[in-house]
Amino acid sequence: MNILVCIKQVPDTTEIRIDPEKHTLIRDGVPSIVNPFDGYALEAAARIKDKDSGAQIIILSMGPEQAKAALKECLAIGGDRAYLVSDRAFGGSDTLATSYILSCAIRKLEETEGKFDIIFCGKQAIDGDTAQVGPEIAEHLNYPQVTYAHEAFVEGDIVKVKKEVEDGFEIIGAKMPCVITVTKPSFEPRYPTIKSKMAANRKEIPTITSDDMITIDRERIGLKGSPTKVKKTFTPPVKTGGVKIHEDCSEDSAKRLFEMLVDDVII
Amino acid sequence: MEAKTKDLWVFIETNEDGTAKNVGMELLGTGRGLADKQGGKLVGIVIGSNVDSTVKAATAYGADTVIVIEGREYTHYTTDAYADAMYYLVEKYGPTSILIGATNNGRDLGPRLSCRLKTGLTADCTSLAIDEETGNVAWTRPAFGGNLMATILCPENRPQIGTIRPGVFKKSTADESRTAEIIKEDFHVAPEAIRTELLDVIKEACGELVDLEGAEIIVSGGRGVGGPEGFKPIRELAEALGATVGSSRAAVDSGWIAHCHQVGQTGKTVAPKIYIACGISGAIQHLAGMSGSKTIIAINKDETAPIFNIADYGVVGDLFEVIPVLTEEIKKRKG
Repeated sequence: MNILVCIKQVPDTTEIRIDPEKHTLIRDGVPSIVNPFDGYALEAAARIKDKDSGAQIIILSMGPEQAKAALKECLAIGGDRAYLVSDRAFGGSDTLATSYILSCAIRKLEETEGKFDIIFCGKQAIDGDTAQVGPEIAEHLNYPQVTYAHEAFVEGDIVKVKKEVEDGFEIIGAKMPCVITVTKPSFEPRYPTIKSKMAANRKEIPTITSDDMITIDRERIGLKGSPTKVKKTFTPPVKTGGVKIHEDCSEDSAKRLFEMLVDDVII
Repeated sequence: MEAKTKDLWVFIETNEDGTAKNVGMELLGTGRGLADKQGGKLVGIVIGSNVDSTVKAATAYGADTVIVIEGREYTHYTTDAYADAMYYLVEKYGPTSILIGATNNGRDLGPRLSCRLKTGLTADCTSLAIDEETGNVAWTRPAFGGNLMATILCPENRPQIGTIRPGVFKKSTADESRTAEIIKEDFHVAPEAIRTELLDVIKEACGELVDLEGAEIIVSGGRGVGGPEGFKPIRELAEALGATVGSSRAAVDSGWIAHCHQVGQTGKTVAPKIYIACGISGAIQHLAGMSGSKTIIAINKDETAPIFNIADYGVVGDLFEVIPVLTEEIKKRKG
């Protein structure tokens, strides 16, 4: 079993604050982390490897040089080898261009790592929240996809995926090779050990650039290859006019709330 | 590809029984104005089986034309069958814009379709307009866990596609006397071209049906409820209001309630008429999942909890004292 896990290094959005005067994001000092959904994807891959000692897990990320720190974290949690896709020419790529670059990198990697049976991605990255790159990789490669997965089990040439739907779960059988995007499962992902972290630190992480991908179409990467353009960004308007109810006792507060809700025709 | 028309399409997602999901009707409501500004028709796209009721609903809610693809292979959603069918229709008719509900299926289909068409997709939009300068659709969406809003354009490529968060737009009033042009397309996908198969359905994962996305009222509990038994007053209030029970991540991670109740970035994104947050501090990940609610009521002991910043009504107090009184008052009123 040959498994690829695609990850992204993201700013920890829980640490982001808004500058109250300039209405912009304060990114200084915000730590970079492995996108949590990608961590769940890695866990899903590691669970397959738990049952199949012959399985290997390759980690792939696109981003600047510093993203190697995120790749090392993944190497410490079951990844066998990791690769960074990085090039100035990739800057400004939207999801269509990004997924195209990643699909080219995957084909390039397969020359040395062998064909991947399953490509795992997180459901979405917590900075962009688009949930598009996984399905778009599947489309570029012409593979089937299963999204919103909690867990995956390999049975013969089929992978069975526990998929979250609006009113429960479905078990979907997908033909391999396929792309699976993973959401938050009901279990906690494993943690690295000191030993695995040290081993990960010693591993080399090769960088793949656009020059390594000889067939890549340069019209389809970077800003040029991105059909969507950001017109503007702004911080969401702060809600004003909310009322605070703080009577002498909770019973009075509850009654006051009820009166207001009735008066304002909320209930 | 080039647009062949100025038409705006709304993908009307169906349930397995062929009835329409609400979000399709919401998008017809907001799509009307956009289609008029673009100078094209408003077209409903219906794919499924036994979809007569959906075709009628699409007509009543404002579609000028409804294009229908029916077949047994579309009863249960699969990426392959739906992407093939949509791609076929887009190639044939060439719309200028497509709106898709940002349900799980919509967000599965959208990127697959846009990628095949080599065009732009904007995900999970919460506001739509026509850009005055260029006439393109201006897609506005939250990013960075709701900390930042971005307005996206797709200026060169057609069709321009977006998925739109359910519950953000209101349905217009249904007009049963309306008529629309109905086009039936005979398009089928071979079984071997559908590379995924539904093997099993687990409905009882939660022991109950939790439809947070479709709920009009949600009563949610967080860390402040203190334990699984702390959800009792929450459930009682929800019952009195006919509401669905939600929760924050803290309560789910503590094992007090099942994950299917979770609202927020790693749970469901909801936009009910009333959201009552009980013992929820209001971490940004939770706000990302519910800040689109029409009226937000917060009950929390901690006066400085961030949830109060977005609450329309904030009660500073112990939820175990406040909620039972509120529940009683509501019950009394309902008699």
